[in-house]
Amino acid sequence: MKYSILMSMLLSCLAQAETVFVTLEKDNALAVVDPVEGKLLKTIEIGQRPRGIALSPDYKYLYVATSDDDTVKVFATDSYQEVAQLPSGEDPETFALNPAGNLLYVSNEDDNLVTVIDVINKKEIAQIKVGVEPEGIAVSPDNQWVISASETTNMIHWIDPKTNEIVENTLVDPRPRAAHFTADSTQLWVTSEIAGTLMILDVNTKQIIKTIRLDIPGVNADKIQPVGVVVDKERRWGYVAIGPANRVAVINAQTFEIEKFLLVGQRVWNLAFSPDQKRLYSTNGRSNDISIIDLESHKVTKSVAVGRFPWGIVAKP
Amino acid sequence: MIYANKKPIFCFLQTLTLLILCGSINLVVAADVQLIKVAYITQEKKIPAALSNLDDFVPLKGLAGTELAIKDNNTTGQFTGQEFQLNKIIVAIDGDVIAMAKQKITDDTVFVIANLSVDQLKTLADLEITQNKLIFDATTTDDSLRNSQCRDNILHILPSRAMRADALAQYLVKKKWRQWFVVSGPSEEDSLYTSAIKRAAKRFGMDIVAEKKWTHTYDARRTAQSDVPVFTQDVDYDVLVVADEEDLFGEYLAYRTWIPRPIVGTQGLIPTAWHRTHEQWGAVQMQNRFKAQARRWMEEEDYAAYLAVRSIGEASVRTHSNQMQAIKDYLLSDKFSLQGYKGNPLSFRAWNGQLRQPVLLAAARSLVAVAPIEGFLHPKTTLDTLGYDQPESACNNMPKIKNESIVEKQDNQSPVDWKKLIKQIIDKIKQ
Repeated sequence: MKYSILMSMLLSCLAQAETVFVTLEKDNALAVVDPVEGKLLKTIEIGQRPRGIALSPDYKYLYVATSDDDTVKVFATDSYQEVAQLPSGEDPETFALNPAGNLLYVSNEDDNLVTVIDVINKKEIAQIKVGVEPEGIAVSPDNQWVISASETTNMIHWIDPKTNEIVENTLVDPRPRAAHFTADSTQLWVTSEIAGTLMILDVNTKQIIKTIRLDIPGVNADKIQPVGVVVDKERRWGYVAIGPANRVAVINAQTFEIEKFLLVGQRVWNLAFSPDQKRLYSTNGRSNDISIIDLESHKVTKSVAVGRFPWGIVAKP
Repeated sequence: MIYANKKPIFCFLQTLTLLILCGSINLVVAADVQLIKVAYITQEKKIPAALSNLDDFVPLKGLAGTELAIKDNNTTGQFTGQEFQLNKIIVAIDGDVIAMAKQKITDDTVFVIANLSVDQLKTLADLEITQNKLIFDATTTDDSLRNSQCRDNILHILPSRAMRADALAQYLVKKKWRQWFVVSGPSEEDSLYTSAIKRAAKRFGMDIVAEKKWTHTYDARRTAQSDVPVFTQDVDYDVLVVADEEDLFGEYLAYRTWIPRPIVGTQGLIPTAWHRTHEQWGAVQMQNRFKAQARRWMEEEDYAAYLAVRSIGEASVRTHSNQMQAIKDYLLSDKFSLQGYKGNPLSFRAWNGQLRQPVLLAAARSLVAVAPIEGFLHPKTTLDTLGYDQPESACNNMPKIKNESIVEKQDNQSPVDWKKLIKQIIDKIKQ
């Protein structure tokens, strides 16, 4: 009994201490936000044109792609000190860590490559040729697949992480942007910026099992440009950031029905859950803020001004 | 659609077994890779009288765009089992384009990218050998080619003069710069540009308060300081709209007019399909990739040729075909949507073969706006607020598209009442 009280106190303590990190593409900086208070704590200079961002599984390290420095930088999350630079290849934008946290997969958009980096030894260990302009990249939670989405080839490339070779390719709607595996690794959710669709792929068959057009009543079809996508752990709800439509779509992850659209800031780009999945955060590139969405009520509760062109976002307990 | 990497090997083995049985070997290549042949035809150009020594003459604009797109298509092709082959036909300045076309465009090439003049293009499209081919006009901006003079075997990639003028007009409406002083050069092209400007002015309710032909010298020392102030005297206006497609005098106008006014049109703020200041919607990647390959900035013609070849690539991947009719049907259907680094998906207007696209409004060192400008509405797509819309089109040669949704929507569509719309917009701005 005492134990559980202590535990819950500890948990609430941890919840209080949640920190959100946001890359600011135009400010060459990282914004540190307290999402519970809804306050910008500080802004730290980190390098040229920071975009992709990820946390190590133990939350000790923060990885940031500083695109114009042609590197992925590693920072300690307690001191914010830079501890390493990884050989990412040119102009890294998006990347993904494997579940063990020892391998990093980077999209090199200009060279049509995916670079595999050994994080511990800070060494490039493989380069995989993919389609034109690879962007979205994801590793399945069971570590069976790495997928790369190429924006001009319009394909999802299925890479076997054991051999670093492409095993299959799935043709998808034009300009696929982001991809996200469900927690059980059975589905891959992919957004198409040009077709304005969300596609759900079955991981076993590699086929599209559902295509959802994200039409919003009263919003011109040209503005429907979906980008970031995430699905909660229980696969109850999926969320899609719809860029210049300034909305986040809430999708029932069981029926694939669109539940509602939440109005957020301008040109909503990427999404991240709070560690307890009670909140969702969105980066709004044009309005220079992040939106905080309460996931019990599916309501936007706050927006926090963070700096110019917020791009990537992660939350640490 | 799924493309398994293991499959070709499996297929290959199967085919091989069959072939051993049949005793033939020729089929292997055909079964493995689908060939898509593309011809690019252009003529070398005279180096024009340079307005400034700052800008180098770029020979064979467009070719580098074609090459980049072929490379991109082949990167995709390695996953789809398709290979794109480019046949470059570059005719010398004094050469005969049509004779070369007849000689060099092979029978099994059904896609032709043309970087030719309006007259050359018409002759090419009317040849017997091109009747079963699809020509991509990657150069002209001519409105008649997209209207009464249209051919059903040509698709036009660059925005027409009308689309450009409408893009400019929308921006000037938004700025409330309604009084235009139009200055036109002496060439036939300049007159056509002026006609498009006048059409846009009428369409968007703008006032052309003065119109003059530039008949002065093209010598900077004389022209700039003495001729321009006098030439622009005694008129009050909001903007000077210049039509000088050959770039002979337009650049001299800025900062030298009698009263201080901005310059728009072929110089100053220009409506264009592509510009080096454009970096949104992934355009940075395009600019970088092009520069890495061609070692220069991407020009409009390069962008057009790139899009033409990418259209063929996209359609052949989706239909898994290399046949002219299948590709053409797909391109003209509402299924086709091409990523063109300008936000909106690009598609073809089935009624005249014009590529629908946003038009950039660019100054020398900054991108000012992208048309369609917010607030200009259309029942189908805001992109069709630029240029000749279906009810206005005089092109009757295009095939009737079976595609239900397009036909249905268009049949119910009434011409847009621009005057009413503009009034609404202006009222909104006033509020």
